[in-house]
Amino acid sequence: MPFRLRVDGLGASRGEDPIFREVCLVLDAGGALLVTGRNGTGKSTFLRTLAGLHPADSGTILLEGGVDPRSPVRESLHYLGHRNAMKRDLTVAENLVFWSRFSGQGDDPVKDADPALHADTALEAVGLGGLGHLPFGYLSAGQQRRAALARLLIAYRPVWLMDEPTAALDTASERMVEALIAGHRATGGIVIAATHQALDIPGAQMLTMTGFAVPV
Amino acid sequence: MMALYLRDLRLATRAGGGALTGILFFMAVVAVVPFGLGPDLKLLARVGPAMLWIGALLASLLGLDRLFQAEREDGALDVMLMQETPLVLTVFVKCLAHWTASGLPLVLVSPLLGLFLNMEPTAILATMLTLLAGTPAITLIGAMGAAVAVALPRGGLLVSILVLPLVIPVLIFGVSAAYAAVQDPAPFLPPFMILTAITLFFAVIGPAAAAVALRASSE
Repeated sequence: MPFRLRVDGLGASRGEDPIFREVCLVLDAGGALLVTGRNGTGKSTFLRTLAGLHPADSGTILLEGGVDPRSPVRESLHYLGHRNAMKRDLTVAENLVFWSRFSGQGDDPVKDADPALHADTALEAVGLGGLGHLPFGYLSAGQQRRAALARLLIAYRPVWLMDEPTAALDTASERMVEALIAGHRATGGIVIAATHQALDIPGAQMLTMTGFAVPV
Repeated sequence: MMALYLRDLRLATRAGGGALTGILFFMAVVAVVPFGLGPDLKLLARVGPAMLWIGALLASLLGLDRLFQAEREDGALDVMLMQETPLVLTVFVKCLAHWTASGLPLVLVSPLLGLFLNMEPTAILATMLTLLAGTPAITLIGAMGAAVAVALPRGGLLVSILVLPLVIPVLIFGVSAAYAAVQDPAPFLPPFMILTAITLFFAVIGPAAAAVALRASSE
C-alpha cells in the first residue's frame, strides 16, 4: 500500500536558539527531499528531529498508510548519521549481520531468510564485495561510509534519512549512492538527504535551511 | 536480542574490550592486602570476605562508564533508540552481556583469591555465592549512572561516584551474608535473601531508569 510522509509545522531549537520553524512538507511514495544550506543552519538537527532523536518544539510527523498508525514514526525510518554506527573491532559482515538481526526485517517485500547472505548481497551493492571478513576499523574512511550505507539495505525501512551520505566518498561512489537512492525510490521508498555536494536526485523537492542565528 | 548479547560478548573479549581489566584490577587489589596487613593469618581470614567484596565492587565499577558511551560515540545508540525493540529490553540485554563478560569472571576467580587470604572453604563458598547474587545488582545500578553520564567525555569517575551510594547496600548485605556463613550465631539466609531482592529490584528499576536517561540525552 502506498504511503505518504506528512510533516506539519515542525520546529525545533538547540538550547534557547530556534533552528527552524514551521516546516511543512508532504512526500509521496517514491518521493525525495534534498536538504541544503550552509554549515550550522540545522540540516542535521532537522533530520534528527524527523528521526525522533531531537525533541521537536512544535508540529507533527506522520506516516500515512501501509504502517501501523500506533507505532512511532521512528520505527519506519533508517537514519544514517555522521557516524557510521559500526564497531571497529568486529568484521564488516559481523556488524551487518548484527544490525540485520537487531533491526528485524521490517515489512520487507522481498524477505530474505539468511541475514549473512543478505549482508553479502548488500556489500556487493555498495562495492565492498569480498571485504566482509575484514575488521571494520581496517577500512578506509570512504569504505567505512559505504559499509554504513549497506546497513540501509539489510533491513527494509520505507523512509531513509541520510545525513551527508557522500562524506568521504569518491566520485564513482557518489554515483553509487545516487543509484541506491534511485533503487529505493523505485520500490516506493522515500529518501530525505542532507548534503552540500551536488547529488543528482531526479524530481527531488528542495529544502534550503537558512537558520536564524547565522549572520548573512 | 540474542544478537546484541553475542555482539557485546564478542566486543568484550576482542582487543580493547576490557573484560580482562576488571579481573586484573580485582587480583591486584586482593593480592596487595596481605602485604599491607602483614602476615597475621587469623586477621587475613577475618577480613577476607570483606576484602573480596570491596575488590569485586571496585573492579565492577571500572568498565561501567563505557557501557553506553562506546555506543554513542560510533552512532550505534541513535540506531538503537529508533528500533521497535523496547529500549528497556536493549538496556537489560546490554547489562546482562556486560555482567557475563566482566562480573561473572570476578565471581569465578574469587575462590582462588580467597586462598590468598587464608579463608576457610565455607567462607570461600559463601563469598562466591554472595558475589554471584550481588554483582548483577552492581552492573544494573551502574547502568543508570552510565546512562546519565553518557554524554560526558570523561564521565568515568562521575559514574562511580553517582553509583556508589546505591551500591553500598549491596556491599553491606553481601558481606554480612558471607560472614554469617562462618560466624555461628548469625543467620545466613536473611541477608542473602535481601541481597537477592536488591538484585531483582534493580533488574526492574535499573534498565527502566537507564532507558529514560538515554532518551533524554539523545539530542
